[in-house]
Amino acid sequence: MAQELTTQAARDMAAANGDANRRAMAFTPAVDIFENDKATVILADMPGVAADDVDVTLERQVLTLRGKVTPDAPQGYRQLSAEYQVGDYIRVFTLSDDIDQAKIKAAFKNGVLRLELPRSPKAQPRKISVKSA
Amino acid sequence: MLQTVFSPRNNGDLFADMRRMQSAMNQLFEGTRTAGQSATFPPVNFWASQDSIVMTTELPGLTEQDIELTVKDTMLQLRGTYPEPENGDDITWHRHERVDGTFLRTVELPFRVNPDHIDARFENGVLTVDMQRPEGDKPKRIAIKSA
Repeated sequence: MAQELTTQAARDMAAANGDANRRAMAFTPAVDIFENDKATVILADMPGVAADDVDVTLERQVLTLRGKVTPDAPQGYRQLSAEYQVGDYIRVFTLSDDIDQAKIKAAFKNGVLRLELPRSPKAQPRKISVKSA
Repeated sequence: MLQTVFSPRNNGDLFADMRRMQSAMNQLFEGTRTAGQSATFPPVNFWASQDSIVMTTELPGLTEQDIELTVKDTMLQLRGTYPEPENGDDITWHRHERVDGTFLRTVELPFRVNPDHIDARFENGVLTVDMQRPEGDKPKRIAIKSA
């Protein structure tokens, strides 16, 4: 199972971190997370991002999804109206132990990132003994 | 004196009252939307130059076949259906934030466009529609002669 790590005060936006000269905002992509008998699947909407600009990193238990948007403003045009904003995407989850990290599959199609996190066959329920004080 | 919305001493701008009423009405109905989702879907951005207009909209998860685009005079209509989310007995959902279902949106363009010269592309979940003003409708520059 994947647990979200950061909680944003503003629901849709997070301040861009790093790169100060990139004026674009960073957005929290909408995600679907479900589990079937073999794996946990994460789907994340990142419209405007090319497949090569999607960056998925897993460090220890922390899974970071990033997408870098190529600005789509047409040349020689002035903006008439804007109902949505364009910016990079970032979202962070923590994964539980029972995921087979070597077998994670990622695919990007039509602006949607699909991550399959297979469950590790070795994952055994651990018993933790509680000592009385 | 009784304060009313329609104050007679309001700099004589009749339309200001109408606008105020309209925005009051809009605010009234604002609450009926579900949180986080706007009533008009999908949101669109417009760019314009002298003789053409570009519309972009984000439709991640759709394919070219799922989107139906029609243009007539100054009306652009966008229709589409999102693929069904995965289902099955063994599926346990943890989060469902992505959009699904069907949408229909009609947008009025600032000028008539030539339906034969519309270039629509769909790339990485972003639809870009490039529309041209018909030749006969383009504003003509008139040379001014001195007397």
